Amino acid sequence: MSESKTMMEKISESTRSLTTGVDTRDVEHWVTIYIMGRGYSVPADLTIMTAMEFAGYKLIRSCGCRQGFCGACATIFRREGQYKLESALACQTRVEDGMCLVQIPFSPAEAAYYDIAAESYDYSVFSKHYPEVARCVSCNTCTKACPQDLEVMDYIQSAIKGDFESLAEQSFDCIQCGLCALRCPAEIVQYNVGHLGRRMFGRYGSPEPEHLKTRLAEMERGEFSSVLDALVGASTEKLKELYAARVRESDE
Amino acid sequence: MTSEQTSTTRAAPDTGSPKRTRLPYYPGCTLKTTGKGLEDSALAVAETLGVELVELPRWNCCGVVTSLTDDDLMRHIAPIRNMVRVQEVSDAGLVDDKRVVTLCSMCFNALKWSNARIVGDAEDLKSLNDFMYLEEDYRGDAEVVHFLEILKELDPEAIAEQVKTPLGELNVAPYYGCTLLRPKSIGIDDPEDPTIQQELLEIMGATVIDNPYKTVCCGSYQTVQDKYAVAELTHGILSHARAAGAEAVTTFCPLCAFNLDNRQREVLEKHPDFEPMPVFYFTQLMAVAFGLNPKCCRFDLNHTDPRPLLRGKGLMKEGA
Amino acid sequence: MAETVVITVKSEAFLKKIVALSAEAITVCDQCGTCSGSCPMIAEMDVTPSQLMRMVQLGQSEALDTKTMWVCASCFACTVRCPRGLDVSKVAEALRQVTLRRSVDHLDIRNIPDDELAELPQIALVSAFRKLTG
Repeated sequence: MSESKTMMEKISESTRSLTTGVDTRDVEHWVTIYIMGRGYSVPADLTIMTAMEFAGYKLIRSCGCRQGFCGACATIFRREGQYKLESALACQTRVEDGMCLVQIPFSPAEAAYYDIAAESYDYSVFSKHYPEVARCVSCNTCTKACPQDLEVMDYIQSAIKGDFESLAEQSFDCIQCGLCALRCPAEIVQYNVGHLGRRMFGRYGSPEPEHLKTRLAEMERGEFSSVLDALVGASTEKLKELYAARVRESDE
Repeated sequence: MTSEQTSTTRAAPDTGSPKRTRLPYYPGCTLKTTGKGLEDSALAVAETLGVELVELPRWNCCGVVTSLTDDDLMRHIAPIRNMVRVQEVSDAGLVDDKRVVTLCSMCFNALKWSNARIVGDAEDLKSLNDFMYLEEDYRGDAEVVHFLEILKELDPEAIAEQVKTPLGELNVAPYYGCTLLRPKSIGIDDPEDPTIQQELLEIMGATVIDNPYKTVCCGSYQTVQDKYAVAELTHGILSHARAAGAEAVTTFCPLCAFNLDNRQREVLEKHPDFEPMPVFYFTQLMAVAFGLNPKCCRFDLNHTDPRPLLRGKGLMKEGA
Repeated sequence: MAETVVITVKSEAFLKKIVALSAEAITVCDQCGTCSGSCPMIAEMDVTPSQLMRMVQLGQSEALDTKTMWVCASCFACTVRCPRGLDVSKVAEALRQVTLRRSVDHLDIRNIPDDELAELPQIALVSAFRKLTG
C-alpha cells in the first residue's frame, strides 16, 4: 500500500471484496492478464468476465446472462508465447497467466427480412438472402473461432448443399456471439445463415410433434380460455396472491 | 509418381465375381440440387455396371474454379480438404481405391488441378497441412478421376450387355465444353477433338453427331453477370449441333447444362425462330439405354423436357 | 505511324507484378493472335486477349480498366493453343486479383435479381464469386 494511490483507488480497493465478491485475503493464486494491453494481477480462478470486473471494469456491453447462453460476451485473446488468436465467452472461460485479451461487444451484420411462408424449401433460399455463402473457401476459421465448439464450416457447407436437416442439427447450439463472422475471410455471417436454415427446417423439414398438435387443438377448442380470461381480469392484489401461491416444478 | 504406383486397385470389375468395386465418390453441391438428374442416373448406371460409388463423408464445396494466381494457397484449401476425406475413407478400408470419382466436370477439374498443383510442391503441401492442423496430414497420394474414365476402363462388352433399349433412332451430339478437356495436363481426352463420349454413345447404339462446337465454352460463370452473352454462346453451340443433324446434346457439367438448357429462354428472346433442344446429362441417356427406372433420370429438372423426344423415338413408355 | 512507348520504372513494376502473380513469362508472347482467334467471349471484349497481353508487356496499368479481364470465362481455349505455351487466362486472373485484393468487387452480389438467384445452380455462384469478388 503506497501513499501515491489516489483517493479513488483507495476506495476501489477497500470495496473490492464487495463489488467483485472476491476477498483478496483468501486468494492464494494470482495471474497477470493484459486487458487491451494493460496488465492486471487477478485471482487465478476467476473467469475473464469476473477478472475484468475485479480489475475495475464496469461492463455495460459484452455482458449478459453470465451463464454461457446469451452470446453477449465474445472475447478474443492470445496466450503468452502463442501465435494463435483464440476466442471464448468471457463468462465461461478462466483466466490464464499471460493472457492478452479484448472483448468484442458487437458484430455488425444485416439479418435478412423475409416471409417464411413465401420461401422455397431448397438451397436457393440461401442464394437469395445470403448469396455470399458461395464465397466459402472451406478454411475452417469459423469452426476454430466458435466458443460453442460447433462445426460451423460444416453447417455452412450444408447450406450450400441445401441440406437443411444437417444445418439445423449442427448449428442448433449457436448463441450468435458473432465470432465466426468476424473471423471469416469470405465475409459470411454464419450465425444468420444458421438462423434462416433452422427456421426453414422447423417450418418445412422437421415433422410436426404430436403433443404440440394436441395442445394446439385444445387451445383452438378454447379449453384454456376461462383460465386465461380470469388472469387477465384479475386485480393486482389477486395477481400478487396467485404469484405467491404458485407451484413451481421444483416445489413439487 | 505414376497412377500405376499410387492406385491400390483398378476399377474394372471382375465380371465373374459378384463383389462390387467400391470407389470413393465426390458429388459436389450442385449434384444435390439442380444436377440431381446427373447424380441419380450415374449412381444407378454405376450400380448396374458393378461399381459402387461411396460418397465421401463431410465433403465440402470444391471451389469450382481453380485459383490461377501463383501465391493464392488459401483457395486450394477446399479441394485439398476433400482429398483428406479421400485419404480417410481409404485408410479406414471403406473403399478399394484412392482414386476419387467425380461426375460434375467442374468439380473434376478443380479437384484434379489443385491436387496436382499442391502435391507437386512439397512446401505448399506442408503449408496447407500446417494450416489444416485439425485434419490428418494429407500425404498426397490420392487421385482424382472422372466417371467417364471409369467407364472407359470397363470392358465395352460388359457395358453393351446392359443395353436393353438401344438408342438407335436418337441423333445425339456430345458436348464437352472446357473442364473435361482443358488445360491439357488435366483433361481426359484430346482438347481439340475429344471422342470419349462418342465411343460410349456408340455402345448405347445412338446415332452420334459430331458438333464442330463441341469444345466451345458455354460462357461458364459469366451467366451470373451477363445472361445474354451466355445465351449467344448457347445459340451458337446448339444451332451448330442442330445443323449437323442432332436432336439433343449431352453433357457432364451442371453449369453447361444450366447455360445450354435454361438459357434457351434468353436465346428465344433474341432469336424467336430458335428451335429448343433437349440437353441430357450423359448418364441420363445411359440409364435410358440400360432400361433403368426413368425416375433416376429426374427429367422433371430438365428445362427443355426431353421426354417427348424420347417417347417419339420409342425410347420411353407413354406416361413414364 | 509508329507510336513511341516509354518504359518507366512504374510500368516495369507493373509488368513484374503481373508476371509474379500469374507465373507466366508474359514477355515471350509474340503477338500471333491465336488466343484472340480462339476466345469464345471476344464479342464482349473491349481489347482482344492478345492486345491485353501487349498492354501488360508494355507495363500499361490501363490493362486494369479493360472489360476484357472481367469477361474472360477461364475456358482455357487460349491456353491449349498458345504456340508459346503461355496461359492468357492466368494473366487475366492476375489482373483481376490486383483489383479484387483491394476489396473492390466487380460483381455486386447483393444486386443479382431474386429470380436469377432462385434458379442459378450453386456452381455458377461459387465460380462467379471466386472470379469476380474479392
